[in-house]
Amino acid sequence: MTLPLPLSSALATDEVFSVQDLTATVKRIVEGSLGPIWVRGEVLQCKAAASGHWYFVLRDAAAQVRCSMWRTYAQRAGRPPADGTEVFALGRATMYEAKGEFQFSVTRMLPTAGVGQQQRALEQVKAALERDGLFATARKRALPRYPSRVAVVTSTDGAALHDIATVARSRWPGAELLVVASRVQGDGAVADLVAALRRVNRLDVQLCIVGRGGGGREDLAAFNDEAVCRALAAVRVPTVSAVGHETDVTLADLVADVRAPTPSAAAELAFPDVRAVRRLVGDLGARLAGGLSRRTRLAVERLEHTGDRLEAAIGAMVSRDRELADRLAAQLDALSPLRVLERGYAVPRDAAGRVLRRRADFPSGRPFTLRVTDGDVAARAE
Amino acid sequence: MAGPSRGPDTPASLADELARLEEIVRRLEAEDLDLDGALALFEQGVACLRSARERLAAAEVRVRTVLEEANGALRLGERDA
Repeated sequence: MTLPLPLSSALATDEVFSVQDLTATVKRIVEGSLGPIWVRGEVLQCKAAASGHWYFVLRDAAAQVRCSMWRTYAQRAGRPPADGTEVFALGRATMYEAKGEFQFSVTRMLPTAGVGQQQRALEQVKAALERDGLFATARKRALPRYPSRVAVVTSTDGAALHDIATVARSRWPGAELLVVASRVQGDGAVADLVAALRRVNRLDVQLCIVGRGGGGREDLAAFNDEAVCRALAAVRVPTVSAVGHETDVTLADLVADVRAPTPSAAAELAFPDVRAVRRLVGDLGARLAGGLSRRTRLAVERLEHTGDRLEAAIGAMVSRDRELADRLAAQLDALSPLRVLERGYAVPRDAAGRVLRRRADFPSGRPFTLRVTDGDVAARAE
Repeated sequence: MAGPSRGPDTPASLADELARLEEIVRRLEAEDLDLDGALALFEQGVACLRSARERLAAAEVRVRTVLEEANGALRLGERDA
């Protein structure tokens, strides 16, 4: 790059940039290689345009850069800072192609003096909470897998509630959201949040989401407040925080069981996807049926096996019994009185059919009947 | 601790139900049960399955606002969100 390009190369048209090519290329390089960054500098000539955007210069001893702050962000920042105010500015380097100007596009601006003071107070609270173990990993609770009732502590005029309800509808229909309204920034936010978090403990819920309402100034101070953090730690059910910012983590975020970057993300962590749960239930149903059919197949096999054995046992029993029956029949036969008569014995009976056993039963001249093997014979005692 | 009354569809019971169902399936798959035992387990499993499916068929997210009465009692109001 030390040697100048020969002029001849400019004559080959495809080697020459248009102005637009140049600015577009620079834009790509500048915007593509630098993410959001904090810059410390002094504000000069801050002007609020009729559109609501702010334009100013940020400088230090050696350099300066033109800055813009779009209306949305300017509104949150409050009043334009006076000349000479030292600030931390969060933004991105951008290229304004129409004017070929490099700019710093600011989204947040904090006076360094205030930041220093706030920072010291914050550190003190943080140290106190840490000493009491409120950030300890060991006290983090797992979120319930299938929450049906969830408390949502947030401001009712912000987008957080809407975002959480939208995600709940798509993921976990049937959920019930109990909204515990609270201011989340400005005067009264701390007292509101503490009261709301205590109220959550009186509700029959399985989970608590604390969401920042969105809109208004980006004031997270209430979520760095010691009383709010302690009230959050005292919530009986697992907590999800959705109060932070992509660059700022609040102390409440550290106290919560789970921290989400946005209310929607909090809802995604809180609510299972009903489709996945239905699939799980379907799989369990299939396994249940499979388990039973395996079990019945085994039983049927066992039963068939048992049947074979039973049949054999009954067969054996039947043939054994047949022999026994024959033998018993033969014995019975031997005892039959008819067989006795066959051997030549006879049974005397009187007219009433009574068997005559003794001499006294035969007075002279008495008629009686003799039963012999093939019939009765009339007789008379002599 | 007196809060608003518990809804008929408590989430804990869905979790319990699915845990019970998983346990039943595991036993049915793993244990050498007699047929009566297996059938009894299966019937319990079917009941869990049916009730889990009913819960999962729930249609609407309900958004309610927690309001505090003058006497300090909490009350739930309906809300569209």
